Amino acid sequence: MSPSKNNIKDFFKTLPKNIFSGFVVSLIALPLGLGLAMASDAPPIAGIIAAIVGGVIVSILGGSHVTIVGPGNGLVGVLLVAITTLGIETAYVAIMCSGVLLLLLGFFRMGALADFFPSSAIQGMLAAIGLIILGKQFHIMLAHKIKRADTVDYLLEIPYTINDAVHYENKGLIFAALAGILSLAIMLFYSKIRNKYLQLIPAPMWIVILSIGFSYYFELGLHEPNPIAPEYMISGIPNIQEIIADLPTPNFSGIWSFSFWGSVLALTLIASIESLLSIKAVDKLDPEKRRSNVNRDLKALGLATIGSGLLGGLNVVTVIARSSVNVNQGATNRSANFFHALFLVFFIVFFSTQLTRIPLPALMSILVYTGYKLASPKVITKIFSIGKEQLIIFFVTLIVTLKIGLITGILMGVLTTFIIHVIINRSFGYGLFIRNLLKPNVLMYKEQGDKDNYYVSVKHFCSFLNYFRLKKHLNAIPEDRDVIVDFSLCNFVDDTVLENINNYQELFAKRSGHFDVVGLDMHDTETKHPFASRRLLPVPNIIKNSLTRRQTSMETLAEDYTLNYNPEKKKEVPFLNNFAFFSTKQINHIYNNLSDKNSDITLFDIEFSEGEFIAKEVIRKTMLHIDLNFVIPEFTLDKEGFLEKVSAFAGFKDIPIENHDDFSNRFYLQGENEAGIAKFFNDDVTHFFESNPYYHVESNGNALLIFGKERLASIKEIKALYDFGKRLKEVIS
Amino acid sequence: MSLKPFKSIGIGVAYSPNLKANLFEAARLSVFFGSKLYLIHVGDNSEKKINMLSIILKSFEKDNLDYEVVFKSGDPVDVILSTSEEKKIDLLILGAVQRERILKYYVGSIARKITRQAKCSILLLIKPSVKRLPCKHIVVNGLKDPKTEQTITSAFYVAKQLKSNKITIVEEIEQDEVHVKVDDDKSLRRANIAKERIKLRENSRVKEIISHIPEAYTKNITIKLQPIFGKRGYSIGHYAQISRADLLIMNGPSKMTFWDRLFPHDIEHILTELPTDVLILQ
Repeated sequence: MSPSKNNIKDFFKTLPKNIFSGFVVSLIALPLGLGLAMASDAPPIAGIIAAIVGGVIVSILGGSHVTIVGPGNGLVGVLLVAITTLGIETAYVAIMCSGVLLLLLGFFRMGALADFFPSSAIQGMLAAIGLIILGKQFHIMLAHKIKRADTVDYLLEIPYTINDAVHYENKGLIFAALAGILSLAIMLFYSKIRNKYLQLIPAPMWIVILSIGFSYYFELGLHEPNPIAPEYMISGIPNIQEIIADLPTPNFSGIWSFSFWGSVLALTLIASIESLLSIKAVDKLDPEKRRSNVNRDLKALGLATIGSGLLGGLNVVTVIARSSVNVNQGATNRSANFFHALFLVFFIVFFSTQLTRIPLPALMSILVYTGYKLASPKVITKIFSIGKEQLIIFFVTLIVTLKIGLITGILMGVLTTFIIHVIINRSFGYGLFIRNLLKPNVLMYKEQGDKDNYYVSVKHFCSFLNYFRLKKHLNAIPEDRDVIVDFSLCNFVDDTVLENINNYQELFAKRSGHFDVVGLDMHDTETKHPFASRRLLPVPNIIKNSLTRRQTSMETLAEDYTLNYNPEKKKEVPFLNNFAFFSTKQINHIYNNLSDKNSDITLFDIEFSEGEFIAKEVIRKTMLHIDLNFVIPEFTLDKEGFLEKVSAFAGFKDIPIENHDDFSNRFYLQGENEAGIAKFFNDDVTHFFESNPYYHVESNGNALLIFGKERLASIKEIKALYDFGKRLKEVIS
Repeated sequence: MSLKPFKSIGIGVAYSPNLKANLFEAARLSVFFGSKLYLIHVGDNSEKKINMLSIILKSFEKDNLDYEVVFKSGDPVDVILSTSEEKKIDLLILGAVQRERILKYYVGSIARKITRQAKCSILLLIKPSVKRLPCKHIVVNGLKDPKTEQTITSAFYVAKQLKSNKITIVEEIEQDEVHVKVDDDKSLRRANIAKERIKLRENSRVKEIISHIPEAYTKNITIKLQPIFGKRGYSIGHYAQISRADLLIMNGPSKMTFWDRLFPHDIEHILTELPTDVLILQ
């Protein structure tokens, strides 16, 4: 634990960095805040108020480290509905109420809420929000304001708007549309141009600067009025005195209506999902590898939302785009968020009149770009690559969200996902899911022994419905430790879980831990994507659709060590049969075969069974086989007290090796040819075994069989096993 | 603390395909524990039935198996419960049912009722077999409970009689005992320190129990202590399954109310998903 004195010192040391990144973020937050508020039909300043109030409160009380808070794009759709149906004064009350609910979510430690939604449904919802933003703002971007009842109509009218825009006669409208198109071009191509000076200012700020410059050029340079039609300029940016004087009076008249509480629920749901997803994503970016206190952050966000609603601002959420810029600019703690708010105050106090020089189409192009990003074709291809069924979930959520509303949309997405899971598993009625839904199906313990790694076993099924249990256990593991997650008792693992598991793997890899998944190799998939849902087959396919992550890691491992890798199953394994270990066991097959050039050393996963018929047990292990070109005595070596299990050797006793008490105490050595074995275990060999981790080592006269745990090995354990075998071979030859 | 808990063993006899396997298991156990075997049949007495049983149990004559057949008609649950009280049976053996197609076992409705109501110990067998399968690894609970000491002691006795060479004592610890909620790095660290402390405490408690057991029963047995933070009753079953234990020994339930069945815990979890053979000690 670092002493707190250092913390204060560090704080001041990193202060300039944080001030700078706060400044850069505020450059983005300013146009985005204005735009998001206008897209929600709220006064433009409402977005800025949300960012300022949020920045101050969350930076002081929050539990995350490098996040930025402010108005979120996910909320635009809900806010739009709330403001148009309830009116702006009542909408502020709804915002405050959702703040209270967020606060309660934090107090009741409901940070896990976002885990109950399947990822394809969330993607569908976000895409729908993207389309809502894009559909509405596209028309304004081309200076063609229209008002339609349905969000889908906005989308359908885009071609007409383009057609109209091409045939504009009015000079004011032409300039307005040009401003929009140019700004969109800046947004699109900004990231493609790699120029140090250009990249100093973020793209949205370039748009702001250029449009204000354009306006001044006409006013001061040409002494002409701005050619852009005045109705397409931002209006109503109040100065600071006006903001304070015109604090909105909340209107409590409509709060007992159904639509009011519907809006409150939708606001809370989207705000919490967007914040939680962002916090999770930003935690991965954090250079100091800290873990955010999600529930504390939710409380702070709730409080900030209440404050923001009271002052006439929008909901405060954690936002991913601004947060990632914050990290990129070198922010190290929450003070960056605070300074971003401070700079926004500065802009409003000193430059509020300049902001009215920004043309609306330019501002809206930023939102069109944001909307496009949320619903881009790339999202669809990514989902399609995970599986065809995911596309159904995605589109059901998307269409229902557009046609009916956000809450119905996400609920339909959840329902569709569940139905699809039931169909995939053919478990109708009281089947796999319902029977096992409430069971605490995750077991985690520290494996006792030399290395204390964590072992997590999941039973029955693991999908978005019960992922929170797995997550609770995984969260209790420090990220610098070794974890093995075993799905071999699990019949079905869905894509939401695998995506989250992948996040954990990345997180552990960054923090020098190891996160391995075993037991998925027997599951079948629809596609090759690593996140494709996996279902355990009663009869495994001969030809596998795709390699699991463990298999691909083995493939890369094979490349690194210049080994040959073969994932296919091999049924004929005569070379294993004369080992005592297998005398009472039936070998089914070996797979995931790694072998070196002359196939002297072979590493493989093996499936064998003990017992027959109803007493039959199928066991999978990872083993190493070393072919020797010379004869050695037959023996079995194991940890003392472990080997009595091998019934084939009953009747043999532990062979003591002279002058090696430690070895004799710690190992149990058996074999028929005592003299030969005693000779074979010379000083070098005994020292080798004494100074290396325990494995079960067995010789059948001309080959060695080495294995460790009673289960498949993780990639790290495979490396260790391979290394052990290689060095052992050198020692004895 | 008695070290010979099973003086008499009872088994319900029904003429099913599993009869021979069930009888063999019961007879073998009676021989191992030196107990008297009661074969309880729900139905009327008849020469033919007795003959059939004696033919099956012929191979145990050389081991001096002492057995008695009890005939009584009525409701199976009542018959078995009342007979086991009359004959002072210490251990009742029940067979489990395998769920169709998949390799999962659960306790059928009759056996479940008996398990809930019986005052004696219960052994639930998932795969009775005619040939003896060695019982190598026993998992036993090490809960903080007044019954645990007796359970662990009996487990060592059973291990000795069945010639098992490995006992794992699983200390299930409810998450609530760790009073720290994991939120961030700091609370995670505190939670882990708290967990380590609880683990040490639990381990020393179990070691204390083991030290009271006569050495004759503990030597030559690999003893492993495994603390697990998880749901009581369920985690130990899950652990027994992944560690491929041959026998799971647990404390008997204290008392069952309606709510216990509605919100399953401890024993009830095991009854719905038998991980292996289960011995419930009273």
